[in-house]
Amino acid sequence: MLKKIFFLLVLAGFAVMLFNAYGLSGPDQQLNDVAAHYAEKGPQEVGAANLVASVIVTYRGLDTLGEVTILFLAASIIGFFLKARRDNQRAPKQVRKTSEILETAAKVITPVIFLFGIYVFINGHLTPGGGFQGGAIIASGLVLMLLANPVKKINHNIIRVIESISGFSFILLGIFGLLLAGGFLDNAFLPLGDFGTLLSAGAVPLIYIFIGLKVGAELSGIVSNLQETQKEQI
Amino acid sequence: MILKLIAIVLALAILLMGVIAVENKKLVVAVIAAGVVSLFASVFYLLLAAPDVAMTEAAIGSGLSTIIFFYVLNKIKKDRKDHA
Repeated sequence: MLKKIFFLLVLAGFAVMLFNAYGLSGPDQQLNDVAAHYAEKGPQEVGAANLVASVIVTYRGLDTLGEVTILFLAASIIGFFLKARRDNQRAPKQVRKTSEILETAAKVITPVIFLFGIYVFINGHLTPGGGFQGGAIIASGLVLMLLANPVKKINHNIIRVIESISGFSFILLGIFGLLLAGGFLDNAFLPLGDFGTLLSAGAVPLIYIFIGLKVGAELSGIVSNLQETQKEQI
Repeated sequence: MILKLIAIVLALAILLMGVIAVENKKLVVAVIAAGVVSLFASVFYLLLAAPDVAMTEAAIGSGLSTIIFFYVLNKIKKDRKDHA
């Protein structure tokens, strides 16, 4: 009873807080200084048609590096715990047969999904999307593949190699920016090119390709690790 | 006007699915409801002119995390049976 009253009090306090905040902050009439700089100078400084990409990869590139690192840590910890458990369960898998429709459709759709993921991160500096989205789409394609064919073995060495090489290259490109241009992860050490074409915005497309491969490899690793340690298939 | 109407309907649907995800006793239903919350939220982000966030939410929130929840759920169910 006391607990419920306490919950209600907390909720009421939260409601009062939110109600007051609602009146305080209307939509801003103009951009603040940082946002105005990004919006006005971004196209000249970075040269990416997708302004979000120029913020994520260049202005706030260090944040992206941190996010990718956190995802890497999460993937490794999941892999570590599942591996520790996998050793003491060697019983043969019971696999329920998947339906014919799913199997056939997956064969057709999976390559298209992979291709779409690659498209999303290669065109990340031009259209909405980017490394994270492309990587997530690639991992969803892998999920479809695993659902259609549960006994399929995913080669973890390939995933690990792709993950490591792209993470290493991401940081290497950042250091190139530090040495050849204005600072860590500065994209201007490659020519900025024509605004809005595929080979524009300096190093942004390259960095996005590596982020995409890294995120895709990490998420695929999580999913396939979880899938392989299932004894009884869903 | 029509966008406002869609937004209101989406917000109500998100709230409803969230309540289902919290209150339903069957974990499978709760996981699916949580995935649907993400799906509606991604449409909402699209309405709010944030297609980048919408793509992430659709791919990770409603796609991958739902499937990961299902894998974990299946694993836990099996372990519970083993220990019981």
